[in-house]
Amino acid sequence: MKTNLTNGDIRIGFYICHCGHNIGGVVDCTAVAHEITGLPGVVVSRDYKYMCSDPGQELIRNDIREHALNRIVVASCSPLLHEHTFRNAVEAGGLNRYFFQMVNIREHDSWVHTDHAKATTKAVALARAAVLRVRFHRALETTRVAIHPDVLVVGGGISGIHAALTLANAGKKVYLVERDPSIGGHMAKFDKTFPTLDCAACILTPKMSAVRANKNIKLWTYSEVAKVDGYVGNYTVTVRRKPRYVNEELCIGCQECIEACVFKEGKYPDEFNVGLSKRKPIYIPFPQAVPQVVVIDPERCLQLKSGRCKKTCVEACADRQAIDFTQKEEMAEIKVGNIIVATGFKLFDAKRIPQYGYGLYPNVVTSIELERLVTSSGPTGGEIIMRDGRTPQSVAFVLCVGSRDFRTNRWCSRTCCMHSMKLAQLVREHTGADVTVFYLDIRAPGKGCEEFYDKSLKDGIQFVRGRVAEVTDWALTPEEEGKLVIRAEDTLAGVVRRIPVDMIVLAVGMEPQADSQAVRRLFNMSCGSEGWFLEKHPKLAPVSTFTDGVFIAGCCQGPKDIPDSIAQAGAAAAEAMALIDRGYIEQEPNTAYVVEEDCSGCKSCLPLCPYTAITLDGTTQKATINAALCKGCGTCVAACPSGSIRQHLFEDDEIFSEIEGVLTHA
Amino acid sequence: MSKPKIAFYWCAACGGCEEAVVDLAEDILGVLDAVDIVFWPVAMDFKKSDITALPDGALFATLLNGAIRSSEQEEMAQLLRRKSQHLIAYGACACHGGVPGLANQFSREQLLRFVYEEAPTLGEDGRSRPQLESEANGHELELPRLHQAVRALDQVVPVDYYVPGCPPTPKLTQEALAMLLSSNPPPRGSVLAPDTALCDECPRKSSKPSDLSFAGFRRPHEILLDPEKCLLAQGVVCCGPGTRGGCGALCVGGNMPCSGCFGPTSRVRDQGAKLLSSLCANIAAKDEAGINLALDGIPDPLGTFYRYALPHSILQRNVSQAARAETLSL
Amino acid sequence: MHDANWEPRIVAFFCNWCTYTAADLAGVSRLKYAPNVRIVRLMCSGRVDPQFILAALAGGADGVLIGGCHIGDCHYVEGNLKTLRRFQMLKRMLAEFGIEDQRVRLEWISASEGDKVRSVINEMVEQLRPLGALALREQFKEWGREVADGQPVSVALGEAKQETEVAHV
Ligand SMILES: Cc1cc2nc3c(=O)[nH]c(=O)nc-3n(C[C@H](O)[C@H](O)[C@H](O)COP(=O)(O)OP(=O)(O)OC[C@H]3O[C@@H](n4cnc5c(N)ncnc54)[C@H](O)[C@@H]3O)c2cc1C
Ligand code: SF4
Ligand code: SF4
Ligand code: SF4
Ligand code: FES
Repeated sequence: MKTNLTNGDIRIGFYICHCGHNIGGVVDCTAVAHEITGLPGVVVSRDYKYMCSDPGQELIRNDIREHALNRIVVASCSPLLHEHTFRNAVEAGGLNRYFFQMVNIREHDSWVHTDHAKATTKAVALARAAVLRVRFHRALETTRVAIHPDVLVVGGGISGIHAALTLANAGKKVYLVERDPSIGGHMAKFDKTFPTLDCAACILTPKMSAVRANKNIKLWTYSEVAKVDGYVGNYTVTVRRKPRYVNEELCIGCQECIEACVFKEGKYPDEFNVGLSKRKPIYIPFPQAVPQVVVIDPERCLQLKSGRCKKTCVEACADRQAIDFTQKEEMAEIKVGNIIVATGFKLFDAKRIPQYGYGLYPNVVTSIELERLVTSSGPTGGEIIMRDGRTPQSVAFVLCVGSRDFRTNRWCSRTCCMHSMKLAQLVREHTGADVTVFYLDIRAPGKGCEEFYDKSLKDGIQFVRGRVAEVTDWALTPEEEGKLVIRAEDTLAGVVRRIPVDMIVLAVGMEPQADSQAVRRLFNMSCGSEGWFLEKHPKLAPVSTFTDGVFIAGCCQGPKDIPDSIAQAGAAAAEAMALIDRGYIEQEPNTAYVVEEDCSGCKSCLPLCPYTAITLDGTTQKATINAALCKGCGTCVAACPSGSIRQHLFEDDEIFSEIEGVLTHA
Repeated sequence: MSKPKIAFYWCAACGGCEEAVVDLAEDILGVLDAVDIVFWPVAMDFKKSDITALPDGALFATLLNGAIRSSEQEEMAQLLRRKSQHLIAYGACACHGGVPGLANQFSREQLLRFVYEEAPTLGEDGRSRPQLESEANGHELELPRLHQAVRALDQVVPVDYYVPGCPPTPKLTQEALAMLLSSNPPPRGSVLAPDTALCDECPRKSSKPSDLSFAGFRRPHEILLDPEKCLLAQGVVCCGPGTRGGCGALCVGGNMPCSGCFGPTSRVRDQGAKLLSSLCANIAAKDEAGINLALDGIPDPLGTFYRYALPHSILQRNVSQAARAETLSL
Repeated sequence: MHDANWEPRIVAFFCNWCTYTAADLAGVSRLKYAPNVRIVRLMCSGRVDPQFILAALAGGADGVLIGGCHIGDCHYVEGNLKTLRRFQMLKRMLAEFGIEDQRVRLEWISASEGDKVRSVINEMVEQLRPLGALALREQFKEWGREVADGQPVSVALGEAKQETEVAHV
């Protein structure tokens, strides 16, 4: 497209924002505005309380008309926050939106410096650079990229399920990719959920069935994303489908094969019951699993390991012929426009704190193990029993295991207080045992949560404030004999206490998934230093990432409970839908371009582009850049040895003048 | 009507540019038909006073070759500038500083000390520095002062046209003269050579792969060079991609890589930085150790990337603390 | 030659996705660091043309800091790797120019490492202090004095053209 755009004389309007006291409290805005007045081309130079407010933007629009301005510079916050706002204002004033440059004097100046004079000098330098730079700006047109309407959801925990259903119910086609043989995530393992104590299965199972039933959802369990190419609106995703040695189309979930397996009893630790029960080489993860398809563990199956088994399972399956030992890993390629990552969390390994005796004392368990014990469909049929089969008379909960501790994880896992109180109530309900909760602070900020805490207190649960130092079976008194003893400082009473109990529950915290770094790279996301996926903005864009078209939901973004996970999942689905329904996304026109008559065809640039946007024209023997493929990194621009590649918005002239600007003495 | 008056002069140069004029061979007669050579110290007997005597602007053009590195050269450059309607930087040294410009890697003090006091070829009694002023046979003798830095001609006086090359080819020289004498000369400040890089006209261009990546670099003497294949593709640093064309790829024709004598294109501020940027970006190694191993193949980066354009580069010269301190004593 | 109030000046080239964002985070977190740095935003560290680094030094910077995503994390896959390769060579070349090693620095700073922005800048300022001003702008002027019409260096390529531009998009 060619547009003729006459720039005319350069007439710059400069605006510096006080941002209330945020900038004005440190930078002398009036002085900066005054300093900038003298620069060549500057026609208007003003300071104003809040530039991003309506009157602030109005100021720009008016000045453009009144003073025939054709370049605008605003010194305020980060362009990552408000560049869009001001470009809109510039456009509303009748100018091309790219005749604009923003100066970051809040995040990069007033918020990080205390010396007012130096901060002001810095603001002048940065503003001067922008004023010099903006002279070189050229009118550009925003490019539009069509959005493929299908969506990929990665992770089938409650977050992924909810996001997938929301989209599917709106008529969007969704691919739901789950690593495990069934969807459900952590929630599928719970008995009840705080703070309402409603049955987890009762709320989760219908949603899981809805996923199975929904024609718009393509569910791929036992699968992982192997590769992601492309960009917002146009992702090409390769999904690796692990062989389950059972044909999903043919298996009806009758489980007769499991019954018929040559192993008469379960022999291998059952993942779903966190090792509290045993399963066979052929199994279904749990009764309500979705899909209702059995899976064969290749590490355990005799046929797959040695090829010498009677294959009684195949016999049992009979003419359904669903079992297929020849299944191979498959790669499926799909095209989607948006991706929602909902890969959840993993639990802290309690063995990392040896003084709590996990793995040493059989009756020290984790909260997720207790969840399985209290569930009626769990390994004990819902009976809370100790390893020797006795019912505990006294149970202690240790909170913040691995959380809020500089030796392990600094963050609060947010749900442990609540789910421990939930489990404590269930323990009392099921066994009538004495329950003591060792806590640092009770964090019950969610709706209905403080009330839940009250209820726990009324239920007769004891709360002791203090970090547990040690768990031991070394009895010092007769009543400690045969028990586990917790030694902890009671910081409210100011004494060190020893409390003997039958069973100890460690409220292990949440951690990023073990493969979070790999997943992050796959989807080109960032991670916080802890490893949780980083949202684009903690307040304004909590489910967006720095990669357009990639959203995050649930615990992969940080610890949270089910209501918050669902809220994020809905938000992520809505964000994706907003893009899909608009049909296109506007992209920064920061693409690189080759000036054909300048190019020598030296081919230095060709191998540099990660998106193979640069090719050599067969006839001219000169390089050309496909603007639709170029993402604007500028690597080729910096490399072209004859200066024949240029980049919109980052022209050499613009950058050189910025350098000159920041260095000119005041 | 009298023919336009032309002057030739040389400053810090090897003499190759003078040779290039002579290389016009019989074509020089055509030149002589069109112009009057009034000053050409290398070839004819003229004195400075012949020029001083002329009114300002009396010369149609001066083709000055060589860099400016002494007070005498500066004085002559200024004199010729005054007397000429067109001052032409002729050859790589006048255009960009050239090979003499590589002296800018060192401070003046370092240079003088090495050349007159430390060079291994000096005899014991030879170790003394020449004095700027001396007396002999009752005469006051004066030597030109060596400048702190070697400069391209336009870093001393304004230049109208540039004819690049080490030396410029006869073809380029003829075309330049023809352009100058034509009724519609190019705009002042022009470089009278194409503004595309050498690869454009290189006969080996088609043999250059489009996925070039360097496992390492070799110098021409270290391998047997394939006479057909792009030199970069053979791992030899060829400056063609970052050097103006116009030479007809003479070096490549002689199975030697382009070493950059035509200088950068107009869009590039610093030839060396750009050459470095494109070459290094395409190194194959992905870790620091591997990268450095590949870089070891270019033992003298400054001399490789700035062979002809150091004075015209952004940093221009050695700017070490020691070199900067020397100025104070100027 | 330089006054006691001399403060090192650093020009920083930060990539949009990691280091610039990290610098924003440092701001949002109200971390405090030395006011000596001026950040130029580029989309990727791969856009850092070695000419920019030289221009900053020649234009009066005492140090140049390049910030990009950690290797493997570049928003554009390997832009930072290309930067690393150039940087390794540039360091060798700058040594030949007589520029001290500490003056030009490459750091990988991810979007979450606001604190690293703070510590790297503070550290760099302290490392530049003992080296003193590079002050090449003044230096070039000084050297220029030995010729009558010495041309001062200009960093920018050309003047802004008040042109009738045809933009190709
Ligand atoms: C013991 C315990 C009790 C709790 N009790 C309650 C409660 O009562 N009430 C409440 O509100 N909250 C409770 N929570 C919090 C609750 O577990 C979380 O809020 C919720 O599970 C978050 O769901 P999610 O989908 O984000 O993550 P997850 O439940 O962790 O689901 C993530 C899913 O993604 C899959 N996955 C991971 N990586 C990949 C990959 N690379 N590719 C494909 N798939 C992948 C996983 O297999 C999993 O299925 C409790 C937490 C714990 C630890
Ligand atoms: S690097 Fe520059 S000159 Fe070489 S092919 Fe690419 S665009 Fe053309
Ligand atoms: S700017 Fe980056 S993405 Fe665009 S063509 Fe150049 S290398 Fe490719
Ligand atoms: S790099 Fe050298 S040899 Fe190869 S095409 Fe270019 S000029 Fe010719
Ligand atoms: S985007 Fe940060 S280094 Fe490439």
